[in-house]
Amino acid sequence: MTAPSASLLSADLSLSLYKTLYMTRRCEETIVRIYPEDNMKTPMHMSMGQEAVSVGVCRAIGGNGDVIASYRSHATYLAQTEDHGSFFGELHGRTNGTADGKSGSMHLADIPKGMLGSTGIVSAGIPVAMGAAFANKQKSPGRVAAAFFGDGATDEGVFWETLNASCAMKLPMMFVCEDNDLAVHTRKSERQGFNSLVEVVRKYKCDVYEDDTNDVESIYALTRKAIEKMISSGQPAFLNIKTYRYLEPCGTMQDSDAPYRRAEEDAYWKGRDCVALQRKRLLASGLAEKDLLKVEGDINAAIEKSVAAAKAAPHPGADLLSYGVFYETP
Amino acid sequence: MRRLNFADAINECLDQEMARDPSVFVYGIGVPDFKGIFGTTVGLAEKYGPNRCFDTPLAEDSMTGFALGAALKGMRPVHTHIRADFLLLTLNQIVNMISCHNYMTGGHTAVPLVVRAIIGRGWGQGAQHSKSLFSYFTHIPGLKVVAPATPRDGKGLLAAAIRDNNPVVFLEHRWLHWIEGEVPEESYEIPLGVAQIMRPGSDLTLVATSWMVIEAVHAGKILADSGINVEIIDPRTLAPMDMDPILASVRKTGRLLIADYDWLNSGLSAEIAANVGAACFGTLKQPIERIGFAPTPCPTVRTLENHFYPNAETIIRTVEKMLGRPPMDLTGVDFFSHERRFRGPL
Ligand SMILES: Cc1ncc(C[n+]2csc(CCOP(=O)(O)OP(=O)(O)O)c2C)c(N)n1
Repeated sequence: MTAPSASLLSADLSLSLYKTLYMTRRCEETIVRIYPEDNMKTPMHMSMGQEAVSVGVCRAIGGNGDVIASYRSHATYLAQTEDHGSFFGELHGRTNGTADGKSGSMHLADIPKGMLGSTGIVSAGIPVAMGAAFANKQKSPGRVAAAFFGDGATDEGVFWETLNASCAMKLPMMFVCEDNDLAVHTRKSERQGFNSLVEVVRKYKCDVYEDDTNDVESIYALTRKAIEKMISSGQPAFLNIKTYRYLEPCGTMQDSDAPYRRAEEDAYWKGRDCVALQRKRLLASGLAEKDLLKVEGDINAAIEKSVAAAKAAPHPGADLLSYGVFYETP
Repeated sequence: MRRLNFADAINECLDQEMARDPSVFVYGIGVPDFKGIFGTTVGLAEKYGPNRCFDTPLAEDSMTGFALGAALKGMRPVHTHIRADFLLLTLNQIVNMISCHNYMTGGHTAVPLVVRAIIGRGWGQGAQHSKSLFSYFTHIPGLKVVAPATPRDGKGLLAAAIRDNNPVVFLEHRWLHWIEGEVPEESYEIPLGVAQIMRPGSDLTLVATSWMVIEAVHAGKILADSGINVEIIDPRTLAPMDMDPILASVRKTGRLLIADYDWLNSGLSAEIAANVGAACFGTLKQPIERIGFAPTPCPTVRTLENHFYPNAETIIRTVEKMLGRPPMDLTGVDFFSHERRFRGPL
């Protein structure tokens, strides 16, 4: 296990980042445990292993921004909203979910909380964040918009269209590339006709940042820097954050033995697990383990409550099938 | 009443909506340039500045997703395209993202945006600059689709589209832009989803869309001179469609001809025919007839273009056949063409 550097953040913030990291991880561990019950009839694209990206970036945005996630949306949704009640409600297809169960795991949203949506179409959320950035620039200066996407999404045309347009239009738009090197089972080296995405993006009129730490505090600090620069320079930020997906591309199972996996890579990344790293840092900073166990126990209990509430909530009735095709102005 | 051409009516609507509501903005490729999309966007950039009326990179896909993001943050984008064919590059955003965003987020999300595009015949526009694509959009739940045919409707329906809290695809036939008609000066809305009877009649119901409304009104006059009275209905909003006046008319006339400005197969005309067939089965005196584009790509050369597009003459001949009348002599009748620009009255 890699040893974490000492925290440069306040003790409160360090702990708070850990709580969100732990919560997202625990939510997904819960999914892994109860998915076989077959109550959650929705595909699962697990964030496990990658949580530090969403938690670090969303905390740096700190409520003063809007985000849109890919279909690998769990960590982003939970980091942006801290709401595992509606999360489990939606995954269980219940009326206490984000959309009465009609969206499932791939379209999680909470617009008042700045979670504009998640999309099952690779890359399609990226321009939506650009539109939000445009609106924010006019209506709430200082407020940013971020698109989360995988490295696979950068193969798509709309990624490049949006990179070009947002740079040309000087929008407070943050591109967050969750670079796990994989699109399903295919490596970047097989998909990319250039050597380095960040080197290409550097030619655009934006500021480019890279992270290869899997450390939530580094990602948080880097994003803060990016946001401050973006606000002063008025040009987009591009964050390329290296990370690693633990589970199969879609589903809740391990696939470490699959032919596309590499044992050394797996061991390397699991040796710098983002949750364990932050936990170790807190303990090293003097936090008593029993206090941390108490924090974790409280989160576990709250998640169990959310799962129970989801299971107790009703499924939507047939009357809800046609509700929401059009928006009815209240 | 004051007369205005369709392009100026659209321009006046955009101006009034931008003045009324600072969240309205108008953008797209070529929008602020000196030609201003057939004159419809002329002067807006000068009056409202570059944040409210602006050009974009050539990136239809991305700039459509942009509209969704802006709409979710409380703005009212009007994305404008000089040809509807270019909308094919926006379908991922319109169909996968925009049309279902409210549904996927629980039904509480306003998605107020308008996609304006110019459709149809110019001269020699060929296979990639002339489409209508009505049924591409009417097929999709969650979209409203509007195709006005008069300057007054253009202005009022566009105002309603901009104020609507749902995504609206607004399709304007190119030749309409020079048509003149009476247009109130003040701002007004014509509600979406309400059809209009363009001419009352008792012999046959003629439902026409977009430019075919102009052709139908022309045909209706010529037919009336020889004693045939067709009732012409312009649905104006193609989705959701106001079927009641169409059904009421068919119950009265027993006959239906649909003149769509699009291909027939799997098209809007088939949808209207299916609805009327189901609702008026007992009262129909003969099979429903449809006219529309020839089932080919649009050819460029004029001689073939004239066979590809239906017009008032096609309507007259079809009506005569349906009613068992001999073909009338149409020598000397002025049919519309790009060169013979028709300016009114409507
Ligand atoms: C437009 C589109 N093409 C293909 C797919 C099928 N698909 C789902 S996930 C995926 C790989 C995406 O990889 P990446 O963007 O790197 O995200 P990651 O899964 O690594 O988070 C593909 C090809 C899709 N959902 N959307």
